[in-house]
Amino acid sequence: MSRLRELLERGEFVVTGEVAPPLGTDMSAMMRSVEVLGPVTHALNVTDNQGATLHLSSLAASRAVLDAGFEPIFQQTCRDRNRLALQSDLLAAATLGLTNVLIVTGDDPRGGDHPQAKGVFDLDSSQLIEIATGMNEGRDMLGRDMAGSTDFYIGAAAFPEAEPFDIQSMRAVRKIEAGARFFQTQAVMDVERFAAAVEVWRPHGVKVIAGILLLKSPRVIDFINTRLAGLMVPDELADRIRGASDPFEESVRLATEQVRAVREIADGVHIMPLGADGAVVRILEGAGLA
Amino acid sequence: MIITRPREWERILHNLAEVKARSVFIMGCGQCATVASTGGEAEILEAKAKLEAEGIEVTGWAVGEVACHSGGTRLEARRNAGSIDDADAVLVLSCGAGVQTVADATAKPVFPGLESVFLGNVVRHGVFEERCQMCGDCVLDLTAGICPVTTCPKGLLNGPCGGMWEGMCEVLTDRECTHVRIQRRLAEQGRVSAHAIVPPKDFSAKLKPGSVNLREGRERGRRKAPETTEGEGGR
Repeated sequence: MSRLRELLERGEFVVTGEVAPPLGTDMSAMMRSVEVLGPVTHALNVTDNQGATLHLSSLAASRAVLDAGFEPIFQQTCRDRNRLALQSDLLAAATLGLTNVLIVTGDDPRGGDHPQAKGVFDLDSSQLIEIATGMNEGRDMLGRDMAGSTDFYIGAAAFPEAEPFDIQSMRAVRKIEAGARFFQTQAVMDVERFAAAVEVWRPHGVKVIAGILLLKSPRVIDFINTRLAGLMVPDELADRIRGASDPFEESVRLATEQVRAVREIADGVHIMPLGADGAVVRILEGAGLA
Repeated sequence: MIITRPREWERILHNLAEVKARSVFIMGCGQCATVASTGGEAEILEAKAKLEAEGIEVTGWAVGEVACHSGGTRLEARRNAGSIDDADAVLVLSCGAGVQTVADATAKPVFPGLESVFLGNVVRHGVFEERCQMCGDCVLDLTAGICPVTTCPKGLLNGPCGGMWEGMCEVLTDRECTHVRIQRRLAEQGRVSAHAIVPPKDFSAKLKPGSVNLREGRERGRRKAPETTEGEGGR
């Protein structure tokens, strides 16, 4: 049973965070993050070879989060597996007690640490969301009855500030039609545009969790603006961090303001502290959420 | 047409050295590789000069009408039987299909002189772009005549992905996002609601090796998808 679903459907404002599985078998660093973030969030995303770089699988790491007493959001990208493996891993997730699943297309391997890898993309996220919905009804993608069904609370990524918005938004609506029940959005930079997107999506029956990214240093801003796909830090925010006497403290203040601002608009916040886990509780306290 | 580009010269020399070739016959292609300026007369003469500079004798060369045509290439090999016989190896400046046709037409070791890269549209003279993967399961009916399998670097049937920014592609950042182009054209044609989610592709339509025999009226390399109790949505 997904507590995330229960809270969102009850209309409560949720907080999610994220942890990254290790490159290797020692999960102790990830578990330290889990111990810091778990108590102040309702669920934790467990990333799946994020940025097309090699990590231990989200499947095993999500289970470790569950075993530690917290609720994971199992992430699955379409980049690394074909339709057999994706369906098989979804079934495995269900038997491991993972109910929240965030289905994403995935970054291209050419931007990751194995640029020679074949990007699989046998399915895209819209198609896989449809398939996961079918699994909840006891069917595989061929429509065959399975022995036992799944009970996934299905999430997807959404991009409220991408332009052209009408085209990106149409894809988001189709994800909802395919069965996505919650969105975790790209980092919010412009609250007004975010609000406009929520207004378009919410009537289709989706809960929108706003992405909040800690712009913790000028270096991070440069990285986002030059290396990260699908996001740009607007000059106004970049200048504010760059010009601050203590950029880190300023970024915590900015994130706190952003959480406060989206609180009246979104159904929750997803905080991405880029390793500064300790800042999450400060942001939440500052916004009156912890 | 098939687009080729020059193969790394060191690899060619390494191939020739492996069979201790001191003499080489060069075969080009009068069709695609000539148009692509990789395997016509000019490029053959260039390769000839480079081989000779390495101390390798070039016993002769030929540009057949089209290297991948078995009959024509066998004829070309017969015409040049003497010079091919004198050579330790044959270097072929054509696509991989042509290289294999030449390899079937002579007993000599045959090596590729080019890399075969894609089926190309000729955008204008000397400018080629990949628009079709020959996947055997065409989606252009659903995508306004723009192939996402080929022109989206991720090959997504549904998009844009989250990397799209200001209409541009995440991977090829100087190019417009294929899915933005598709959706705009569909809208211009009033076809926005023509489909919801494009269903998963049938990759069995592209089983290797493909084979078509019009004489026998049968097609190999294509297998029926397994029976399903419910369709996957039309295609």
